[in-house]
Amino acid sequence: MIEWLNIVLQGALLGGLYALFAAGLSLMFGVMRIVNIAHGDLIVLAAYIALVVVRWSGFGALESLPVVAVLMFALGYALQRGLLNFTLGADVLPPLLVTFGLSVIIENGLQEIFSADPQRLQAGRLDIASLSLGGGLAVGWLEVIVFATAVVVIAALEALLYRTAIGRAFRATSDDADTARLYGVDTRHVFALATAISLAVVSVAGVLLAIRTTFEPSIGPARLIYAFEAVIIGGLGSLWGTLVGGVILGVAQSIGIVLNPAWDLLAGHVVFLLVLVLRPRGLFPKTAD
Amino acid sequence: MASFRIERLTRASRIGVALIAAAIAVLASLPLWAGSGTIRLAVEIFYYLALAECWNLLAGYAGLVSIGQQAFVGFGGYVLAFLTILLGVPPLVALAVAGPAAAIVAVPTALLLFRLRGAYFAIGTWVAAEVFRLIALQIFSLGGGTGISLPVSVVLAISDSRAVRDLIFYYIGLAVGLGGILMVFFWLRSRQGLALTAIRDSETAAASVGIDKERSKLAVYVIAAALTGFVGALAYLEKVRISPDAAFSVVDWSADVIFIVVIGGIGSIEGPILGTVIFFVLRGLLADYGVAYLILLGLVAVVVMLLAPRGLWGIAEKFDIHLFPVQRRLRFTEAGSATPGLDPKIHGVPGRARQ
Repeated sequence: MIEWLNIVLQGALLGGLYALFAAGLSLMFGVMRIVNIAHGDLIVLAAYIALVVVRWSGFGALESLPVVAVLMFALGYALQRGLLNFTLGADVLPPLLVTFGLSVIIENGLQEIFSADPQRLQAGRLDIASLSLGGGLAVGWLEVIVFATAVVVIAALEALLYRTAIGRAFRATSDDADTARLYGVDTRHVFALATAISLAVVSVAGVLLAIRTTFEPSIGPARLIYAFEAVIIGGLGSLWGTLVGGVILGVAQSIGIVLNPAWDLLAGHVVFLLVLVLRPRGLFPKTAD
Repeated sequence: MASFRIERLTRASRIGVALIAAAIAVLASLPLWAGSGTIRLAVEIFYYLALAECWNLLAGYAGLVSIGQQAFVGFGGYVLAFLTILLGVPPLVALAVAGPAAAIVAVPTALLLFRLRGAYFAIGTWVAAEVFRLIALQIFSLGGGTGISLPVSVVLAISDSRAVRDLIFYYIGLAVGLGGILMVFFWLRSRQGLALTAIRDSETAAASVGIDKERSKLAVYVIAAALTGFVGALAYLEKVRISPDAAFSVVDWSADVIFIVVIGGIGSIEGPILGTVIFFVLRGLLADYGVAYLILLGLVAVVVMLLAPRGLWGIAEKFDIHLFPVQRRLRFTEAGSATPGLDPKIHGVPGRARQ
């Protein structure tokens, strides 16, 4: 019994990481109706940037995060303003294919520069410190920090969307970009800010991923898929739903791996497909599409 | 009263038909004058051509952007391996079964994925391909994660002479490459094609004249899966070795194909042909630089998508050049008596708008 509780707990904490993957994807889709296929590769890019920052500056792994976040924020702004804004329109094909192209470019670019060898960010004591909950239950501090970060990030995004002027501009642009423009909203700037914030969240996900496990250039697409599954399970447009989606995915994977070591990923996909069959709009849908 | 006729063949498409006939003649005679290396490269070109035409039919005409066609390539390959290795079915028979088998699994896959819209459908197809790959990893009688090679007996069952085998693969490949083009061509000229074009131009208007959108899209998805599955079986019959990571590789079977279609021209039959030629030239030139060709292809695809969304062939189409007559257009035969302002480009001639 206690073993299973432990497994579910580990899975739920892993779900926090998936929710972090998903939050940025969800934000970009919410504001611009863009599904960023390069999302997973951008997470990996953030991990590599953190690696470079740590090596050059001697910062600790977690201390590198502000630097990485600022760099990714700037990259996101430039990417949207200089490239993705030109793909927006009624047709879903251009943003989809351009971000797909970016995904391939980033993945192979990273492989050219850093080779395909697995890398890891050392976080010192945090790597092994664990927290005993009594009764044989124990969780790693790192896992707890990751989950708490996910909760904080999602709460911050919710506050940003519903309590600030820029959040109002996001929602107005999302509902009707043309009308928002009539009211003086600079939609190109709003889109660029949305992507910038999305990539700042991506940098949090990337750095925590890099501390938690080894990473290599080719793991991006799988992170995109986890993010996507968390979003769909949770229901489009709902950030808290995305956290629930991430937790369900994480629990499914950690139960799957106990049943058969090769079943972790499959179990996650099966749960996703089940949700698609039973509740195609996810568990907590908020938007129409 | 203006008199007019409905025209399909234009001068360019007459030249096109002549060019195509000449190209087929050259390709059909290729084994007579080319070396075995060239013949094998040609087979690879043919199956990329077929995959590109399939993807183009999906994305360019049915609005179904898939990043998961490797699901059916790998499935076709595994059907071939399963039938030949475990059941002892003759390889060419197994090859013939692969296409219909892929079509059958495509139906439930589609019914599930069609619940997702637009870009989410695209990632959904990728998840489906991942599920296929993870299942293949579990088939231990076919080598699990390491994969399996076709036994020599299976290869010899095709023919015991290597030259004859190459020849058989070549002509099947040629048939698949041309078959892909012809399939799209006839599909677009049929009622199905008209329905697709109507859906693409206006879903509401199409629905109002009784077109069942979901059925039209399902039909395209299934037929594309069938041909893709056949290509997969052929590819792995020729490669002789299959493994989950290679058979369900998103780079080999989706990224390359997507770049071919985007660069060549999405939404035209000629585009994928042009794209395939460009792809193999680039890959050949950059063969010594590892993954550099992928980075370059990605860059070119992004630039093309931004500057010429209809691809390089789209530029040719601006000059109204079509090699394949799939459009119908109004031509007024009596000069001067035509109703002023009735421009067939503006008025809804099927297959013309946004073509």
